[in-house]
This record gives sequence, structure tokens and C-alpha cells, in this order.
Amino acid sequence: MAEDKKTPEELAQISYRPPGKTWMDSTVEFRKGTYNYGAVPASAAYMNLPFPRKWQPTNEDWNLPEDWQKIIFEGMRERLNRYRSFRVFMDICVRCGACADKCHYFIGSGDPKNMPVLRAELLRSVYRNDFTAFGKLLGRFAGGRKLTIDILKEWFFYFYQCTECRRCSVFCPYGIDTAEITMMARELLNLVGINIDWIATPLANCFRTGNHLGVQPHGFKDSIEFAVEEFEELTGIKVEAPINRKGAEVLFVAPSADYFASPHYYTLLGYLALFHEIGLDYTWSSFASEGGNFGLFHSAEVMKRLNAKIYMESRRLGVKWILGGECGHMWRVLHQYMDTINGPANHLEVPVSPITGTRFENAKSTKMVHIAEFTSDLMRHNKIKLDPSRNDHWNVTFHDSCNPARAMGLIEEPRYVIRNVCNHFHEMPENTIKEQTFCCGSGSGIGTDENLEMRLRGGLPRANACKYVHDKYGVNLLLCICAIDKATLPPLLEYWVPGIEVGGIHEMVGNALIMKGENERATDLRGTPTKKVEEGKEVTEDV
Amino acid sequence: MTVIISLLAAVTLILIAIIGAGTLGLQYLFGIVIPYATLAAFLFGIVYRVVKWARSPVPFHIPTTCGQQKSHPWIKYSKLESPFTALEVTGRMALEILFFRSLFRNTKVDLKKGPKLVYGSEKYLWLAGLAFHWSFLIILVRHLRFFVEPVPFFVAALQTLDGFFQIWLPIIYITDVVILVALLFLLFRRLYDPKLRYFSLAADYFPLFLLLSIAVTGYLMRYTGAKADLIAVKELAMGLLSFRPTIPVGLDTIFFIHLFLVSVLIAYFPFSKLMHMAGVFMSPTRNLANNSRAKRHVNPWDYDVKVHTYEEYEDEFREVMKAAKMPLEKE
Repeated sequence: MAEDKKTPEELAQISYRPPGKTWMDSTVEFRKGTYNYGAVPASAAYMNLPFPRKWQPTNEDWNLPEDWQKIIFEGMRERLNRYRSFRVFMDICVRCGACADKCHYFIGSGDPKNMPVLRAELLRSVYRNDFTAFGKLLGRFAGGRKLTIDILKEWFFYFYQCTECRRCSVFCPYGIDTAEITMMARELLNLVGINIDWIATPLANCFRTGNHLGVQPHGFKDSIEFAVEEFEELTGIKVEAPINRKGAEVLFVAPSADYFASPHYYTLLGYLALFHEIGLDYTWSSFASEGGNFGLFHSAEVMKRLNAKIYMESRRLGVKWILGGECGHMWRVLHQYMDTINGPANHLEVPVSPITGTRFENAKSTKMVHIAEFTSDLMRHNKIKLDPSRNDHWNVTFHDSCNPARAMGLIEEPRYVIRNVCNHFHEMPENTIKEQTFCCGSGSGIGTDENLEMRLRGGLPRANACKYVHDKYGVNLLLCICAIDKATLPPLLEYWVPGIEVGGIHEMVGNALIMKGENERATDLRGTPTKKVEEGKEVTEDV
Repeated sequence: MTVIISLLAAVTLILIAIIGAGTLGLQYLFGIVIPYATLAAFLFGIVYRVVKWARSPVPFHIPTTCGQQKSHPWIKYSKLESPFTALEVTGRMALEILFFRSLFRNTKVDLKKGPKLVYGSEKYLWLAGLAFHWSFLIILVRHLRFFVEPVPFFVAALQTLDGFFQIWLPIIYITDVVILVALLFLLFRRLYDPKLRYFSLAADYFPLFLLLSIAVTGYLMRYTGAKADLIAVKELAMGLLSFRPTIPVGLDTIFFIHLFLVSVLIAYFPFSKLMHMAGVFMSPTRNLANNSRAKRHVNPWDYDVKVHTYEEYEDEFREVMKAAKMPLEKE
């Protein structure tokens, strides 16, 4: 985007009218800003992914294995036999078009192949041609296409322009879920050695060090200790943050960005404050130092390989149950996959909050609780003292992250937490929140710098809803419970609607939490002066 | 192009019936052989497809949640949008299948200057879809009067209800009007909206033309001079059903066209997108309860994978961990 940087006005020149010629034989153009770089061979090799090699999407020749078509067909057959979702979704779409304008990438780009129906047709046309009677008989007339290198390139382009957010599946009368189709397509591409680096390298890092960023154990310890020191400076309270401690009651797992990136970091301070104040007997783990799981964006197999560490570590440390931090896709894996792929967790107990005694029946098998569930329970039972006016300098709105909303139904818990710690909370328009929430535009491993234009386009619906509450209510902080959101929404908002910052709900909890022995809390966890202090100053100055 | 070809396909079918059953007088073929053959194809096809789907397992628990989950007892959860029990799933599915719940949510996006995105409600697709499917079902049930003697009370009742307005003679059925309007709207929508036109296939237009042809030939028999001999029709239908088929006298070509088009429809059904009728029941994003943390879902093809153990991790990082005074399994 450097030299051909478009202004928001230019980028918003979007037409939803498709081109005249048929979609069936157009080819893709890998324009700067709209695609992701290929995986570096070392990362792919470390994960034993097929055919690691030097490769970029812009190369004319992708150096595919000789029998790549055969590999794809075998792969399709195998997946059709393994996934009912795949088989049914390939067969029953009626192309009613209800999904068409539900995708943030379509809304932001107008590219017809970003309509979920057509994204699926890219794969479905090949399925039809080679796996159905009509397709074999009538070919193109029946909507079938022969698999060519151009089609493979098109798959790569468009299945890495889907964030697996599942918004389309909310509107589909048959629940056809493009995320499922994208997952299958990405698995097929992987079979012939086509991966993107922003997924492959985090996978390798995570497998080796326990987190996507490749932070080694001592680095992890440093980060947490740094946060402990900073927290002491801010509040005057020295908290405990044990790491790899055996015999703790609870293992806490958060996305790695929480201890390594901003504004995630303030959420980490919030966790530390809360756990200290309620006296939670818990531990961090340097081995399970990542709740996120980019395997979800790659293949079921890698997802399982990366997720395994959470139960393994909970067994080694002898904890009773697991608590999970603020992260979107992490929670899709934990809620919908973990028990299946790495359970049963018979070494753990049904989670019980040691503070309120609440038994989390909804997590009785997986034995992992979302921190919004945990904290809302504390608040409901009045177990923590809160001063929401300490967040009065923030006028907040809440962005439902795709996976907690559409794969968990975690909708009211975070809102309950926010209402307890913020006095000024305004919802965005109803078509843009809860189960209809819009993706940040950078999920599922495609939040790269090189893909910035597509991210800005895909993030337009979210940013536009933020603009609405910014203009109407003066909202200046977007809260969310997802690490990818926290990383990618700040540049998005800066582009489309400057004047809104991004934070996590436990940052707000940390601000509002009244702690025993704390100082006057002149600033919030970001170091921004709180309103009371600000007003107090004005008064003093006036005098 | 795809539109014209689909239309031509429907016209060709009509011509085949006119020439075959009319000119050539192959009434036995069109009245008995083809209906039996296509019915067999229909039954075989449906079973084949459903069995094929059912043989692919559901490895992961992937419902799309469209409402609040069940967590705390003090947060009301959405039983129909995020069901927790099998009964609630049944409720969700019933809402989906009987009333097209998801389609009811449909919106339409508009990009205004600013840029400003506006989302409007868009219920026409839902309305037309619902109108078509329900009318079609009622018309099918009404047709039972040709197959069963005596005519069951609910068929008679439905017929009376459907003819409630008693306009015209013979009485015009409400569903006859509704299905035509709905089908025309669905066709119009597909042709009018450039997005839909862009991705529509012949397989999307053909069923519409086929259904319209069936409806129109039906009207011709019921409401115009081309009236069918109902006694003869019933004789044929009951003969087919009792496996003692005969071709009664008095059946016009128009009836054979109608019957042939229906035969084509049922033969085409299992091998086309029309199978969404069965598929909707098997969609794992809708037919699973959102209880995956409370109840373990088993993947039948699960296999062991290469994982990275803590021991391997500590072996690699023991020195730095030791230097950082982190607890170790092996010193």
C-alpha cells in the first residue's frame, strides 16, 4: 500500500454490480495489498507440511508437485467422506443469494467472488465437474469446471479472502457455512504445498515454543514480570503471577498477544489485578503460553497438534480446571473442538469458582471457562468492588468477535461485565452486533501488512458502525474480546474513523476494580489520567 | 444464455409430451411407463443421496449460534437460536424448516455517500420462498384426492379452505394464485438483480421453468376449456397406485403434458439442488445443540497426531529456564 495508498474516499468507491463476463473463466490478479505471502520453507518443513518450497503467489510457476490435480481430487474425496458438512454444503445450495451481501469482504470490495455463494462455487464447480453425474455429463452447462492452475490460483486468492467469520451462515436458510468450505479449500491447498507465511510461521513457533510469537520460556517470564512491575508502579500493589506452578487450582491460558502487544497488554494488567484481588489460586504456563490456535486456519490436524498442549499442561501441573482469556478464534477451538480432538479431560474437575462457589455446568465436560463467564459471575455475586466512574473518560461500545458470537453464543456475559465497569456504553446498530456482528476484516490468519488493502476493505462495515456511534454518542473506545481484533482494529479505525481506541473488557475491569491497598489511581492502566483526577485538577487550577 | 437454454429445455419437454402422448398416441408410455420409471428414480435417488450424506460423519460439533448461549442461570439463553437440548434443537429445526427462520433475518446493504453503510430489512425473498413452498405443499396434498378413495377428510377440508374466497367458477384456489405469483417473483428476482444473474446457473432457472410449466398446464385443465376428465384421471392414478395400471379413455394430451412434466420433476429432484429439502435436516450448523463444552462430541475418524510434549520443550529450553529460575521437571 506504500506508494499506491488510497484515501478512504477512494477506497469507498465500491460498485456492487458484477462485470459483464461470466465468473467461470476469469483469472485472478495478485495486486499489491490484496494477497498474503507464501510460507517460508523452513516453517512449513518444521510442521512437516507437504512440499515445502520457496514460492510466492505472484510467481508465474507455483512449482506444484507433478500430480497436483490427483492430490487435490484424492484430498477432496477423502474430505467428502469425512465431513458431512462438506458433502451436504457442496450439494444443497440453491443460490438464493441471501448470503451475497452479508460478507464484509464483498461489502468492502464489491468483488463478486467475495459473495459467499460464489466463493463456495469456486470449489463447488470443481466438485460438480468430477464428483456428480450431471457435472460429468454436462460439464460447464451444469456449472462444472475442470480443475486448472488458474482455478487453483483463484482458490488461493479467495479462500484467503475469507476470515471464516460465519456471518453468512447465520443468514443461509440451510446453514451453509462458508467457514467450513474455506477450511476444506485451505486443507486442499496445503496438500499441494500452498500455505501463507503468516499462518505457517506462527504454527511452527507455536509448536516449538508454545506460542505463535515464538517467545521462549524466559522471555515469557520476563514479559509477565514486566507487567507485574508496571502494575505496581500504576497502583502501588505488588501482585503474584506464578508461572508453571504445580498444584495451583486453575491454569490460566491467554492469547500470547496479551503479554506481547498493545493494546492487549492493558487487558493483561486487568487479569493480574482481578486475580490478585480475588486471591485466585492460579498459574500461568510458559508451555501453554498461547490460547490462540492458528491451526484452525490451516487444517484440523494441525489444530489438534497445537491444541494438545493445553490438556497436557493441565495434567502435568495438576490443576483442577482451566480458565481462558479474551480471544476469539481461540474460543472457537476451545468451545467446539478441544474436547473432541484432545479430550476427554478426565484428569480435571468440573470448574467451580472458588470465590462464588458457582459450578460451571455448561463447561462440565471440557472443563474450561471463558473469563467473561467467570468475571460476570463474580460481579453477579458482588464479590468484587467496582468504581465504574474510573472509566468515565471512556465512552465505550462493544464489538462482538465473530467466534464468541457465532460459535459460542457468548453475547450477554461480556456486556454484563461492561455495564458493571463502564458508565457510558452504547451499542452499535443491531445489524452489526451480536450474531450479526461484522468481522474486523483480518481474522483467520490474513491480518498481514501485505494484505492491508483487503483488510481495510473487509473492515469497512465494522469501522462504519463504529463511526455511527462515534458521531452519535462520542464513542472513543471500542471494546472487544479477541486478540486479533485488538491487533488489527486500531489501524482499521485510524484509517476509517480516527478518534476511537481499542481495548479489552478486562482492561476496563482492571481500571474499575477497587483493590485493597491501592494508591489513588491517578491514571487508568494505560497511564491516561482518569476523569475525576482531570476534573479535580481543573478545579485546583481554577482556584 | 443459461436462462434461454433452461427455457428451451422446458419447452422441449412440453413438445416431447405433445408429440409423444398426443400425435404418436404413446399414452401407455407417458401414462404408465414414465411415471413408474421416474418415481423409481425419485425414490432411489433420494435414498441414495441421503445415505451418501449420512455415511459421511460429523467429526466436529459446529453449530452456528444465533443467540445467547446457556451459561449462567441468571442469563436468559436463546433456546431456539442457541439450543442446548435435543428438544430445543428440534424447535430450531422446526422454525427453520416450517418458517425459514434464517431467511427471515435477511437484510440488504446500501452504500451511501460518506461512506455510510445502511442495512435495510429485506423480506421479499423470505415471503416468496415461504409462499411458494407452502402453496406447493398444499397443492400436493390437494392432489391426494386423485389417489385415495374415499377422499380423506383433511384433503377435502384443505380444498374447501383453499377455495375460501369462492371467486370464479370453478372456484379459484388461493394457492394456485400464490404459487404462480411466487414463482414469477423468484424468477424475476433472479433475472433482475445483477448479482443473482451473475452467479445463477441453468440449474437455477430450469426448476423454475419446469414448475411454472407444471402450474400452467394444471390451470389449463382446471380453469379453461381444456378441462380434464377427473374420473379418468382418478382411474389412472389409482391404477398406478395399486400396480394394476390401465389407460382409461377420455384423457387429453394436456393431461399427459402435465403428468410428463411432473414425472421429469421428480426424476430430476434427487440429482439437483432441489435436494435441499432433505439436506436442510442434515446441516450440522443447524441440527446440533450448542452444548459442546458440557457434552463431549466424538469424532469417529479421529487419529493420533504428532504433538510436541512438555519433555521435548523442557529439553530444548532447560538451560534458559534454569537461568530464569523457572521450575523444571529434570534439573
